[in-house]
Amino acid sequence: MRDLLIALGGQAAQMLLVLAIAPAIAVLTKIVKARLMRRRGPPLLQGYRDFLKLVRKDAFLAENASWLFRAAPYLIFALTWVAAALIPTFASGLMFNWAADVIALVAIFGAARALLALAAMDVGTSFGGIGSSREMMIATLAEPAMMLVVLTMALAAGTTRLPEIADFLIGQPLTVRVSLALALIALVIVALAENARIPVDNPATHLELTMVHEAMVLEYSGRHLAMIEAASQLKLVAYLSLIACLFLPFGMAPVEAGLAAWLIGAVAYLGKVAFGAVLLGVWEVSIAKMRVFRINEFLGIAFIFAFLAILLSFLTQEVFG
Amino acid sequence: MNQAYDISHFLAGMMLVASFALIYQERLLAVLRTFALQAVVLALAVAWQAWVQDRPHLFVTAVLALGLKGVVIPIALHRMIFRLGIHRDVEQVVGAGLTMLIGLGLTALSLLLILKATAAAPSLAREGLAIALAIVLLGLLMMITRRNAVTQIIGFMSMENGLILGSTGARGMPFVVEISVAFSVLIALFVFAVFVFRIRERFDSVDVSELDRVRGDRQ
Amino acid sequence: MSFWVYAVIVLPFASAAILVVLPGYRLGALFNVAASFATLLAGLNLLRLEHAVGDYLIVDDVNIVFIVLNTLVGFTAAWFSASYIGHEIETGRITPLSVRFYHAMYQAMMGAMHLALLADNIGLLWVGLELATLITVVMVGLYRTPEAIEAAWKYFILGSVGISLAFFGTILAYLAGQAALGEGLPAMSWHLLHANADRLDVALLNLAFVFLLIGYGTKVGLAPLHAWLPDAHSEGPTPISAVLSGLLLNVALYALLRFKMLIAANPLAMRPGPILIVMGLVSLIFAALMLYQRRDIKRLFAYSSIEHMGLITFAFGMGGPLANFAGLLHMTMHSLTKSGIFFAVGHVAQAKGTQRIADIRGLSVTHPGLAIGLGLGVLAIAGLPPFGVFMSEFLILTTTFARAPWLALLPALGLLLAFGALLLRLQGMLFGAPNMPAHPVKASSFPLIAHLALVLIAGLYLPDALIAWFQRAAELLG
Repeated sequence: MRDLLIALGGQAAQMLLVLAIAPAIAVLTKIVKARLMRRRGPPLLQGYRDFLKLVRKDAFLAENASWLFRAAPYLIFALTWVAAALIPTFASGLMFNWAADVIALVAIFGAARALLALAAMDVGTSFGGIGSSREMMIATLAEPAMMLVVLTMALAAGTTRLPEIADFLIGQPLTVRVSLALALIALVIVALAENARIPVDNPATHLELTMVHEAMVLEYSGRHLAMIEAASQLKLVAYLSLIACLFLPFGMAPVEAGLAAWLIGAVAYLGKVAFGAVLLGVWEVSIAKMRVFRINEFLGIAFIFAFLAILLSFLTQEVFG
Repeated sequence: MNQAYDISHFLAGMMLVASFALIYQERLLAVLRTFALQAVVLALAVAWQAWVQDRPHLFVTAVLALGLKGVVIPIALHRMIFRLGIHRDVEQVVGAGLTMLIGLGLTALSLLLILKATAAAPSLAREGLAIALAIVLLGLLMMITRRNAVTQIIGFMSMENGLILGSTGARGMPFVVEISVAFSVLIALFVFAVFVFRIRERFDSVDVSELDRVRGDRQ
Repeated sequence: MSFWVYAVIVLPFASAAILVVLPGYRLGALFNVAASFATLLAGLNLLRLEHAVGDYLIVDDVNIVFIVLNTLVGFTAAWFSASYIGHEIETGRITPLSVRFYHAMYQAMMGAMHLALLADNIGLLWVGLELATLITVVMVGLYRTPEAIEAAWKYFILGSVGISLAFFGTILAYLAGQAALGEGLPAMSWHLLHANADRLDVALLNLAFVFLLIGYGTKVGLAPLHAWLPDAHSEGPTPISAVLSGLLLNVALYALLRFKMLIAANPLAMRPGPILIVMGLVSLIFAALMLYQRRDIKRLFAYSSIEHMGLITFAFGMGGPLANFAGLLHMTMHSLTKSGIFFAVGHVAQAKGTQRIADIRGLSVTHPGLAIGLGLGVLAIAGLPPFGVFMSEFLILTTTFARAPWLALLPALGLLLAFGALLLRLQGMLFGAPNMPAHPVKASSFPLIAHLALVLIAGLYLPDALIAWFQRAAELLG
């Protein structure tokens, strides 16, 4: 009974942890960008304040908005939260371990994206259509690349379950593995595309020529918008945790560990995610946004890298019997 | 032993990535820089092999590759490109996506081919040879899909990079490595210097599709 | 290793260095001829020496004939070139400065070919062939016309690709040898590889042969890898066409033959027969058909070279002592005859000022001696007795008939087609009313006469030593 409670507590702690830090991480990126551009940027708690503000506001709906439009934000938020909660953060032996399959994660993100695109088209504005079509084009290229990255890791670890992959990688000695390096680059590119970051999409723009994600959520207001914003922040945290879990798994508490290990894991995790957010900020300031039709090439690079990663890891496996 | 393999695998993998990068680059100067990068990585790979195999003369090869292919030839080509006035040209790489996919196919093919044929060879040699063949085939692909004389030459030289990688992977191949490096560099410089200027002089451009007027079968 | 073996290689390179600085084209041409003569003497000396194997060089039954042939044709081509170049300078096709480089490159190319022929080390063989190829690339582009530059560029691209693939094959062959002989020089040495052929790694050997076949096969001009050949052989200066057709194709084929010997000596390795037969037949028939459409005289004979190389490859694909012997004999005969024909073509082109067949008429009236020379040459290459080419073609056909009667129809058909095309064109050029211009022939006819005489003699009598060498090589070829 006690074990069950501890396990439940750990899983709940992970769920709440990702939820709690999501707004802060998103704002952290904004602060880094602002500071690099010699501005002051918002205070760190601004994300929470924005959330509360939006929740208290009235939600305006178009007259022809269907139930999908109203339900989508909650569904999207729920899906993203589930995904973010499943990815191992500070420990790899939590209760819902068995569900943390990478392919399932890709499917969950895909479902969330599909809902968002549908909802964007629901109201019939042209911006929504633009956003949805561009989002789907990006997804068409990003998902295969993601699957190939997943496959590389799965080939290396022999399983597609994230916690087990993390355990496997923790157990590896520190070496230079070119297939992992290529897979990392591919995953980073895919993460940039999925999270609507420069160079794929600008999260701060509302120009018709350039927006993708923002176009889809243009019609939302009030609590709906709050849910969507929270979902995109959670998605960012989820991808950062995924990269941390797959490629920087040190510090993560192994399966059978005590509270102390969990705390160390939590600190390590927070450090990694914060570091990722800072890097993202620096990256966004340094790179220009690409033309929409050049995004294909960018994602094509991710695909090629991921494929090469698989070929090279296959080669290594074959050569060593 | 494993560390030796890991590092050489990493360097060979980087060369392979550079080969892919060469295929889709549109700007001449970017192509040149990528080629220089590939030459530098080649030098590192050869130097690592020299260290691992304990063959000091391969260090000479590494230095030659670095100096000649990493520095001298890119600089010479750079000057030539500016003198020809084509540094602003953007070459349309038709079907970059398809070409990349074919490149992936060729890589997979060469891996399978070499792995099957070299079941008895040491692991370092097998891996080096497989990636070397992939780089050679990718260089060939680049030569086929390019329309500009300068980029075709760079494609050929990236093929040579692959060959040098392969020959260092094959343990104990004697002095041939030095000769082939010096050779390919000397002759490539000689020939392309002669040709690119003559092509430019005669045809007023370095677009090789202009050269298609005289087809052997039509005369 | 005897001094003469080194001389055959070093002399040309040393002469090349001297020729770069020698002023005046007449002096350069004379020195070129002298250097080639000296190399010929060195080569002839090899005939009377014992066959020897050194660290990097080898002289044995397989390459002795080819090395002597090489030095001989090198000499006659240099003689022809010396008298030919004067006219080219007068008509302004070459500048005097380029002539210096022309002569230097000529000698360097000969040196490279000799290196390839005499090499015992498979890497050195590759080096020689690559050097020869790249030098000829520059020489093909010598005239700087748009067509010449295009031909040279095509040759460069395709030749380089071939050379690169051949190098990869060489690496694989070394790895195959490593399995039996350990690392280092021994695994790259012909005689050691051959002696241990049954212990070589079979999978690697097979893969190596495929790469070498494609790589060196490109240089031999086997279809479908032949695209560079017609342009390169027709756009360069005629002495170079003679050397390309006569010698370089042979050297590349010789390289292939060495590897075929390795494969033949290993019972588990692939049997290359079928591939060689198919490639040979395709080249043969394709080239024979193409002969009918040619409007340029040098291109005509370039396709004829492809056809004969195809026939030779077919013969080696058939295998067996008689077919191999015939193939080797044909390589020699074709080399002499084709270079002789190109000498005649050079005379014709200078006499008529054009290379278009339609513009060359009535040679028997305006230049009877040249007409006889060209006529005999074409008859020889078409395979008429009593010339040597007839002998080898006859042998190939009879042995194929004996072993695979239906298969023999194809080369016979190809040869007949080629025969028809060549005679058709020859008739047009020799007979009929002569047309202007008709300059006198200034270049020396000695090379042409010498080659025709040799081919005629060879058709009637072959020295026993030669037969013995070819037989031994045929045995090794399996």
